[in-house]
Amino acid sequence: MIFSENWLREFVDPGMKTAELVDVLTMAGLEVDGVEPAAAPFSGVVVGLVESAEQHPDADKLSVCRVSDGESSYQVVCGAPNVRAGLLVPFAKVGAVLDGGEKPFKIKAAKLRGVESNGMLCSADELGLAESSDGLLELPSSLAVGEDIRAALGLDDALIELDLTPNRGDCLGMIGLAREVGVLANAEVKALDFPSVEVNSSRSFAVATAAPDACPKYLGRVIENIDISIPSPFWLQERLRRSGLRSIDPVVDVTNLMLLELGQPMHAFDADKLNGTVSARMATAGEKLTLLDERQVELDTNTLVIADDRQALAMAGVMGGLASSVSNQTQSIFLECAYFSQLAIVGKARSYGMHTDASHRYERGVDYALQERALERATALLIEIVGGTAGPVSSAFGNLPAAREVTLTFSNVERLLGVAVAADDCLAILGRLGFAVRQSDAQRATLAVPSFRFDCAIEADLIEEIARVFGYNNLPETPSLSRQSLPKISEYRRPLAALKQLLVAQGFQEAINYSFIDPALAASVCPDQQAISLQNPLSTEMSVMRPSILPGLLMTLQYNLNRQRDRVRLFETGLVFESRAGETLQTRKIAGLLYGKSQPENWSQTKRSVDFFDAKGLVEMLLSAGAPIENAQFPRGSHPSLHPGQSADIMIGSRVVGIVGALHPRLQRELGLSQPAYLFELDSEPLLARTLPAAQALSRFPEVNRDIALVVDRDRAASDIVRCITEQAGTILKSLKVFDVYEGENLGQNKKSIAIGLTLQHPSRTLSDEEISATITSCINALANEFNAELRL
Amino acid sequence: MATPDSLLVEALDAIKRSNDEKSLELLRVHYIGKKGEVTAQLKALGQLPADERPAAGERINVVKREIESQISKRKAALAEESLNAKLAGETLDVTLPGRRQSQGGLHPITQTIDRIAAIFAGSGYEVAEGPEIEDDYHNFEALNIPAHHPARAMHDTFYIDPATVLRTHTSPVQVRVMEGGKPPFKMICPGRVYRCDSDLTHTPMFHQVEGLLIDTDVSFADLKGTVIEFLQAYFEADLPVRFRPSYFPFTEPSAEVDMGCVACGGEGCRICGNSGWLEVMGCGMVHPSVLTMSGIDPETHNGFAFGMGVERLAMLRYGVGDLRTYFENDLRFLQQFN
Repeated sequence: MIFSENWLREFVDPGMKTAELVDVLTMAGLEVDGVEPAAAPFSGVVVGLVESAEQHPDADKLSVCRVSDGESSYQVVCGAPNVRAGLLVPFAKVGAVLDGGEKPFKIKAAKLRGVESNGMLCSADELGLAESSDGLLELPSSLAVGEDIRAALGLDDALIELDLTPNRGDCLGMIGLAREVGVLANAEVKALDFPSVEVNSSRSFAVATAAPDACPKYLGRVIENIDISIPSPFWLQERLRRSGLRSIDPVVDVTNLMLLELGQPMHAFDADKLNGTVSARMATAGEKLTLLDERQVELDTNTLVIADDRQALAMAGVMGGLASSVSNQTQSIFLECAYFSQLAIVGKARSYGMHTDASHRYERGVDYALQERALERATALLIEIVGGTAGPVSSAFGNLPAAREVTLTFSNVERLLGVAVAADDCLAILGRLGFAVRQSDAQRATLAVPSFRFDCAIEADLIEEIARVFGYNNLPETPSLSRQSLPKISEYRRPLAALKQLLVAQGFQEAINYSFIDPALAASVCPDQQAISLQNPLSTEMSVMRPSILPGLLMTLQYNLNRQRDRVRLFETGLVFESRAGETLQTRKIAGLLYGKSQPENWSQTKRSVDFFDAKGLVEMLLSAGAPIENAQFPRGSHPSLHPGQSADIMIGSRVVGIVGALHPRLQRELGLSQPAYLFELDSEPLLARTLPAAQALSRFPEVNRDIALVVDRDRAASDIVRCITEQAGTILKSLKVFDVYEGENLGQNKKSIAIGLTLQHPSRTLSDEEISATITSCINALANEFNAELRL
Repeated sequence: MATPDSLLVEALDAIKRSNDEKSLELLRVHYIGKKGEVTAQLKALGQLPADERPAAGERINVVKREIESQISKRKAALAEESLNAKLAGETLDVTLPGRRQSQGGLHPITQTIDRIAAIFAGSGYEVAEGPEIEDDYHNFEALNIPAHHPARAMHDTFYIDPATVLRTHTSPVQVRVMEGGKPPFKMICPGRVYRCDSDLTHTPMFHQVEGLLIDTDVSFADLKGTVIEFLQAYFEADLPVRFRPSYFPFTEPSAEVDMGCVACGGEGCRICGNSGWLEVMGCGMVHPSVLTMSGIDPETHNGFAFGMGVERLAMLRYGVGDLRTYFENDLRFLQQFN
């Protein structure tokens, strides 16, 4: 909302300059977004009287004028089409300085087509009063010739833009704003005059409200025989302009002035286009209405409309209809002034893709006690401008909001604010804000909430008002609360941050991608998952919630490869989303991607590219961080976006907690990757579980190391062999590692050799050679039986 | 026959010329071994007159010790020499870069959240998380934002269906924590939030950290103290902080918090729009209705809540100019925070 500072000062003198006023408003919660001057910075322009205007001898479009500044008469050449004798216009005398955009523009005496010109007559845009204009600014005849135009028009004014929070609908009119400033500056506020208009016409329409909650009050009256061709007076046009509105015609301008001054939206119908009773009712199913902006809308049944006996005339509190609108032919109007409830209007304009000054105010709450006076004031002003006679006011009433009372217990002010404010001071602040004391004693007071404060319903609201006026920055501050108990830090869980640090130590860079992705990408990378769509996405590329972190990481890979990175190690954590059997699943995951060389380029290192086992090694690292790695298994995987021969599911117990593998070559090609990318994604929850260490006594007896080299079928899983040995060797097996895998023609077709090192130890004695041999033999026999494994010699 | 002194001269010369341990050993045997020449002279002492024997014996022993000592010295010198030669051969160009994995790093948003969490953890705030696909009740209703509340227009909400949204703020986590426990509560909830708005200063996804404290007799003064302390701790600077009345449906009273501009120190610059102040968070005393809806009696308990935008704090702290760079994940950008 934009308001003119001078207009505000007509109501209240805050006793401070603009900058201070702006600061006071902002610090009271009426945030000032900007301050603009009302006119361009010019000087030396006075009210000039055009005494005569003659055709220029050598130029069709120029006139040679005599212009008076009240003392002398000057010859001025002017090109404006509307220049004529008798007009008062802005006259920039020689020596005047106009705003020339980049730099000031000084008026000098000059010859125009051979005729001397001493000064310049100005249009509104040349003074910064309009964006454009098609002739001289015609000044009201009431101005004194020769007076400086800045003083004459009050142009030394600031246009202040407020960004009001939705609870402060009461400040959307000048009288509300003035009341607020009066409280903040502790200054007297001038009361507005609400004259009673003489009723001298009998023409009227019956009014009714068929929606008593949505339209609790509907007032209207006819004003007959107006002359709509009379333009709005300059002061009215200028007041609207300084509030960010354009002048349309005197009827619209007056209703807009009421909106700006009182915060009361009003609407005028062409009385000759109405039939029967004017009533507020809910729209009927399928009912259509063509609005003032010529848009036809199909109304839904929870939309409040104003209708006559034949049709809907207006969308109540939002916008009028075209069929009943005031035009330049209008002779009589029906002026509406209503109170529509917030609930009836909120969201309506938005649901039709609109936002109007009226809906903005009704949504936030309009003073429900104001309509009678507003209608009188508007009628009086309108008749003053366009003439005509006023008919009687018709009114219909529904269920007006109940008057609210709130009890303030004075001790609660200190409890909530941390500072004692004297009861008298509390009541004085609230009194100036319009709250009337109904009852009070030393402990508490019951106050009536004014009809314009829709945001005050409970005690805390009153205390906020007191705090606001007292000044938030005058309230004390205490050091952050020290009433604290010791934190509960579980050792059975490790923080996700610890896992992230492990990856960081392995050269991984954390990415954060949007949670919404392209459905095509989701389908391509996660074809087996049902992604969740947004109803109102910003774009198709961001229209489904990611069922996996991997698509985002692949996009990030591509982004960086396109920027000459050739070695990429990324990870990301966060929620993934999926619909399964109608349920929305939201699971926290940790995912990583490896691409390019296994090590950064270095003068001495192997130039090996990453492969499956680099990815798996990282997964093992993450898994063994919390629980023993032995709990995890890696059966061959079947994820559709991974290479079928180079991927594994990750299992803890019987539960699949993730996947690891090479990106499927088909996807690799689709994404235009020259090398394979390796990916992993795990549920983060199971990784965070941690078993508490249980210390064991160390054996004092020697460890024995034995190696076994076996030849088995090529497709025999190493994990089967490891499991078999583990079972056979029993508790004396301390550790086991696969230290060599070899395939070669000398082994025979589809054979491979696996070499495994066993470390054996007994906790309480030295193992005998016989025991060791027996253990190894039993392992070899079992392997031979189960897998047809042969000892490699 | 040679005299002990001539043997000494001869031996010292030989030792000096010897270049390895082996020849030194031979010299030792030759002169002072069991059958060595000096040893022989000792054995021959008996042939001397008895009165000359002590002096001659003494002299021969001196020579023997001298030869012994010179051999050891020479041995040590040779060992030193050969070690030096070995070391010289093993010398590396130590200025070459070391061998290691590349340097990874956390995203600046994560670093910012971690820092905020660490500061609050010091005062006993725990971290809570919640769902990002949230029901209308927790995102709006329970926060005193009923359907058609004008405040809903301030949240450009992404909808999954009419009753399900992408959370527009982290405040629903507060509600879930309060519903699921008993006061006192002292927690922060960091996380992703979503608004369907995208331009120079808005991304459709961003991060917030919400803080909540519920206890008995908490006042606005406590809120002010906590917020001021936090901002000064986070920015490691004694910045001015001011509170402006504002409006959030879930707090009463509500405030916007401005902090003296970190870039210009309050003089006014491009970053702060020449005001000298930066809007950094919203806060307020939890609205009694919110407490009641979450099962807390506002007569016995009250508290405060605050919320801040992580991207904004990170921008101010690290000088990030364009909000969108956070989510492009350009490695050259991310690596600046390693």
